[in-house]
Amino acid sequence: MDYFLSEEQQMIVDITRQITDERIIPIRAELDEKHQFPRQILNEMAQADLFGVPIPEEYGGFGGGCLDIAITVEQLGRGCIGVGTAFAANFLGVYPIIIAGSEEMKQKYLPDVATGKKFGAFGLTEANAGSDASGIQTTAVLDGDEWVLNGTKQWITNGGEAQIYSVVAITDRSRGPRGASLFVVEEGDPGFSCGPKEKKMGIRASSTTELIFKDCRIPKDRLIGRAGTGFITVMKTLDLSRPGIAALGVGLAQGALDEAVKYAKQRQQFGKPIIAFQAVQHMLADMAIGIESARALVYAAARHIQAHPKDMSKASAMCKTYATDVAMKVATDAVQVMGGYGYMCEYPAEKMMRDAKILQIYEGTNQIQRNVIGQELNKEYS
Amino acid sequence: MKIIVCVKQVPDASDVRLDPVTNTLAREGVQSIMNPYDQHALEEAVRLKEKHGGEVIVVTMGPPQAEEILRLAISCGADSVVLVSDRAFAGADTWATSYTLEHAVKKIGAFDLILCGKQAIDGDTAQVGPGLATRLDIPYLTCVQKVRESSDKGLIVERMMDDGYDVVAVDYPALLTVVKNINEPRVPSLKGKMKAKKAEILRLSAADIGADAACIGLPGSPTKVVNVFPPETRGGRSVLTGTLDEQLDQLVDKLLPYL
Repeated sequence: MDYFLSEEQQMIVDITRQITDERIIPIRAELDEKHQFPRQILNEMAQADLFGVPIPEEYGGFGGGCLDIAITVEQLGRGCIGVGTAFAANFLGVYPIIIAGSEEMKQKYLPDVATGKKFGAFGLTEANAGSDASGIQTTAVLDGDEWVLNGTKQWITNGGEAQIYSVVAITDRSRGPRGASLFVVEEGDPGFSCGPKEKKMGIRASSTTELIFKDCRIPKDRLIGRAGTGFITVMKTLDLSRPGIAALGVGLAQGALDEAVKYAKQRQQFGKPIIAFQAVQHMLADMAIGIESARALVYAAARHIQAHPKDMSKASAMCKTYATDVAMKVATDAVQVMGGYGYMCEYPAEKMMRDAKILQIYEGTNQIQRNVIGQELNKEYS
Repeated sequence: MKIIVCVKQVPDASDVRLDPVTNTLAREGVQSIMNPYDQHALEEAVRLKEKHGGEVIVVTMGPPQAEEILRLAISCGADSVVLVSDRAFAGADTWATSYTLEHAVKKIGAFDLILCGKQAIDGDTAQVGPGLATRLDIPYLTCVQKVRESSDKGLIVERMMDDGYDVVAVDYPALLTVVKNINEPRVPSLKGKMKAKKAEILRLSAADIGADAACIGLPGSPTKVVNVFPPETRGGRSVLTGTLDEQLDQLVDKLLPYL
């Protein structure tokens, strides 16, 4: 379907499609098998200016909005959401700076992100703070001209690979959610280290580690925004980034459908290609309907978010939930259409199915997203 | 450093058909691409520019539609592009093409280096690069697989041979033709694509480059294509079976008559 993308947006799609087809798809199985971070692919994406897409123009980027980044990661997702996650989490790491950082902070970090020279990561989750972010234990205490951080973040995408980390820490426990603050921690800061890479079911090309702070001392001006505004910035960041996760889901589902149709046309049983059987056709049709409706919702939500930055939550949660549920279903059905071959690692469908699961979990589980949507409905009808 | 890259628009090799009547390539309805070897030449030129500064000028002789590959060249790092286009160039063989490019290069002016692909995937002659260098009276090296060292005076390169490679030093001005393993061409950049959209293309006609009408296009081409045909498939394949020793015996029996 034609979504009437602008000429610039079509350029972004064309570039990312070429990178996905020529650079990602040929090596995705190897990256998956070896849990290998796609440094070379990311360098090529940087050379193609894709890291500048959502960075404001005054800091060397293209000033693109939510839709621009969504169409970029959608293409990546068609190839490998492990690579797409590494790329998207980079921006999750720097959105807090864009949203709430000081002018000096933006000048310091954003130009290097726009060129791909530096890479971002976002440190929110902890062992006891997942869906319930109020369980955060990591603390930051002001000591003279320095903040001193202590605590451990868990399952942080791009851990060990990023140079810029946005980290949530409690600065005033007595104030509850209003006692959380966001900080920039840089690779190499004293007292900051990353744990070993976690072994995962899917998205193995992305790096996932702990972030460990032991009396980590950072300059006072690394505080993003004002003390106590951490949660608000985190919520805005996630509202802005979730359509990206949704778009990864659309891309993954599209890639799975492409594989399933290709296979169904070529696989002969009972003397004909299996796509000639209505049972298979109907599965493929349902997959296609799901993907197109998810894509339409993601693009519409992304455009809405661009136009209404104060009214993001529901649109963001709806597209994330729907598109990632579609991705899980379509990937599972692609394996089913391909039968035994679909289950084998020789074909990409099984990886897509393993990869898809995380989309329903990270950046807020789909259950939490439904809570958000429900609460918004409750407000709207009051 | 001023580098000129010669490129050609060719039909996509994954979709090649012959016109059964004329025995020439059927071009209608076939997707056109930049000759793949030329993409490697362009990439090497852009890398040299990134290292030493200067400019990369991409030139093609072709119909007006060849503008498409020139815009692609800009999106991949070329600074400016030249389309040498004239109805009078139609039907040129490699002799007339190298004559035309010689005049186009002279019109562009002084240069340090000319890079070409080893050959075009449609004609497969590999003659235009060396022909152009000969007409310009500059040294040339064909089938370059690696630039080992580069300076503002010249290059040290590896030239691919059947039995390995030669290491050759050459001073500017010179012409190189390159093979595919010299580099991995980059994907167009977003800034490059935006620049390509707006870029002005310098168009040069036969008159602009001062070409002699008798030396260009069909009249200037001594080559006559008598026949084009797909090569006959070689038959007579057989598979040996049995234990390894039995297979070896059978193989020896088969080979003996030829010794």
